[in-house]
Amino acid sequence: MRIALFATCIVDAMYPQTAQATVRILERLGHEIIFPAGQACCGQMHINSGYLDEAKPVVENHARAFGADDYDVAVAPSGSCVASVKHQHPMIARRYGDAGLEERTTAIGARTYELSQLLTDVLGITDAAAQLGSHYPHQVTYHSSCHGMRLLKLEDRQLDLLRSVGGIEVTELPEADQCCGFGGTFALKNAEVSSAMLADKVRNIESTGAGLCAGGDASCLLHIGGGLSRSGSPATTLHLARILASTMQDPAPAPESLRSGARA
Amino acid sequence: MSKVFIGMPPLPAFGSGNLNLTEPFPRAAARELGNQQLRSNLRHATHTIRDKRLKVVAELPDWEELRDAGSAIKESVMADLPALLERFEANFTARGGKVHWARDAAEANAIITELVRATGAQEVVKVKSMATQEIGLNEHLETEGIAAFETDLAELIVQLGHDKPSHILVPAIHKNRTQVRDIFLAEMPGVDPDLTNDPAMLAGAARSYLRSKFLTARVAISGANFGIADSGTLAVVESEGNGRMCLTLPETLITVMGIEKLLPTFADLEVFMALLPRSSTGERMNPYTSLWTGVTAGDGPQDVHLVLLDNGRSAALADEMGRSALHCIRCSACMNVCPVYERTGGHAYGSTYPGPIGAILSPLMTGIEAEENNSLPYASSLCGACFDACPVKINIPEILVHLRGKDVDSRRGRMKPPSQMDLLMKGAQWAFSSGTHLGLLEKGLPLGRLAAGRSKKIKHLPGLAARWTDSRDIPAPPPASFRDWWAKEHVPEAPITQQGGEA
Ligand code: SF4
Repeated sequence: MRIALFATCIVDAMYPQTAQATVRILERLGHEIIFPAGQACCGQMHINSGYLDEAKPVVENHARAFGADDYDVAVAPSGSCVASVKHQHPMIARRYGDAGLEERTTAIGARTYELSQLLTDVLGITDAAAQLGSHYPHQVTYHSSCHGMRLLKLEDRQLDLLRSVGGIEVTELPEADQCCGFGGTFALKNAEVSSAMLADKVRNIESTGAGLCAGGDASCLLHIGGGLSRSGSPATTLHLARILASTMQDPAPAPESLRSGARA
Repeated sequence: MSKVFIGMPPLPAFGSGNLNLTEPFPRAAARELGNQQLRSNLRHATHTIRDKRLKVVAELPDWEELRDAGSAIKESVMADLPALLERFEANFTARGGKVHWARDAAEANAIITELVRATGAQEVVKVKSMATQEIGLNEHLETEGIAAFETDLAELIVQLGHDKPSHILVPAIHKNRTQVRDIFLAEMPGVDPDLTNDPAMLAGAARSYLRSKFLTARVAISGANFGIADSGTLAVVESEGNGRMCLTLPETLITVMGIEKLLPTFADLEVFMALLPRSSTGERMNPYTSLWTGVTAGDGPQDVHLVLLDNGRSAALADEMGRSALHCIRCSACMNVCPVYERTGGHAYGSTYPGPIGAILSPLMTGIEAEENNSLPYASSLCGACFDACPVKINIPEILVHLRGKDVDSRRGRMKPPSQMDLLMKGAQWAFSSGTHLGLLEKGLPLGRLAAGRSKKIKHLPGLAARWTDSRDIPAPPPASFRDWWAKEHVPEAPITQQGGEA
């Protein structure tokens, strides 16, 4: 299959290894990956903040970058960005009465998948250890991220994939379905409430004793990781794609707490 | 003076009363967050109701279909509201009731005051009612020399405590048992001085206090959960039986109902009686459902009035995207699952309607351009838990985003100097609307590494971004973006597609 990678702005600029891991997983399965160079951002920050006029060129850019027919499906390692492409892009097109853009964004949305969705529903991956060679012999916990869970209805896809990684020990996160408090500019506009939500998430992660919290949305992981780091926690965050791409020969980094010897 | 053009329909009037914030949400929220007692009370209460709701909802195999049915009925009501209201009025009047129309809070309060005055009564008993909270009826009656006694236990606690409700179903959710005992001891006439914080004892104290009110009151004021157009019937759904006492004992009954509460037929009630108790209290059925249709000679109140309240509802109805907020049946499920509400409580929302529904309903009813309520649509991380919980499927996150858009546009229209947020969004528009632009910007990533220093963490940023770094670190950015890595290192046989339209 020819798969177009939508790296998303945060992954592209802050977490290139997550996009590289996505590429590696899919190439390992024998697919051809293309990277439409015109891509930038899905625009959800603008849309969710009410800057719809500013969002329009961003949406148009995405429709241009992914408008060609030279790929079968598009994939992004982020539930919220995929939800934006699927739901918000046609909404913006409708708002500006642009029928052509609505048609193009709807078509792009229909063949854009979040990584775990593509792996499970399209590529039939049920056992990451056997089918992808995934190996990550550490204790991790998992945060589900709101948009993947509620807008894309990913259900247990990410968690099931994680559990099927070789050597892994997955510890359930208390109140895993609770928002981490990121919410894009919510973290700036209502910084205190956002921080209070984050504090609870950090406390719950710490209570699991896992040195690492995995998830499928880089923005939530940036937020949670920032909170863990600030509170001096030995735990860190890591994107699901990096754990799936981790193999015996080419392992993803171990949780910081293990590396620094903070935990036996 | 504004000109009136003859023949032009007037714009719908915005609502007034207890719908407006007196300070921006972030400021009120930050203050409430500091109240540890409030937070632990709220956390405990909302989590308890949450779990109960999930359990009873899971019992119904057709819950999703019920939600769809509820949503569809409400949509049909909104599409046909004027005709339904007229049908309701005709049937209610034919059964001996009197209908009064109130455009806003002031009109409703004036009508009710007149009706009470006409009976000569100085006291009224009240069934818990969101509509009368919304118009500030108790305060208004007090200035007119009429004492209003709340008879719902939680509402009574709030009233005796000179406080405001903070939850639509559990108005005293922010108080714990000991706080309730203290309020009773200080404010309840004739209370047993040995009162403990035992719930049965507290309820007993309230019962004997209220009993005397029920037996002497000649006028009662109620809200209504539903009005049935086909028969002119009103319905009140409650848990304690105090409502039933108020609805049957007094001579005069005055009900205040928002115009959106209508249902076309009796059969429609069936759907909502399945949705409402499960969503609100986590019960299969609420203990008391009272229905009355006008006046029954020799039985119950003989003087029956209904005040139909607009107060900004037609303004909300005029908003095509926002209109479905009027589908709300005030079950409170959305606030019980909301992570923001859980931490700030209801008072931070400034309005009778707190939580996710309040964050859309208050600005819809008062107008987002009015500025008082324009911080409310941002009081959400858009996590979507409210939409999942809502029994009538109001897409609250979508309406929040719609109202944010209206807010940003209305400020644009007023040509204010751009805020830091405006500038950030403009800059990001440039970066995000072209791969070339974003790629250029990413060339600066090494600078970020420099800023992060040896700790590989950015701990302080200036300006708006300080709101982030006040409580969260930012990791040092990578030496190069993925885009750069791809261009340099990725197997060249994987072709990079050339995209048109690049600036
Ligand atoms: S918006 Fe929905 S969930 Fe919230 S109170 Fe209204 S009906 Fe209940």
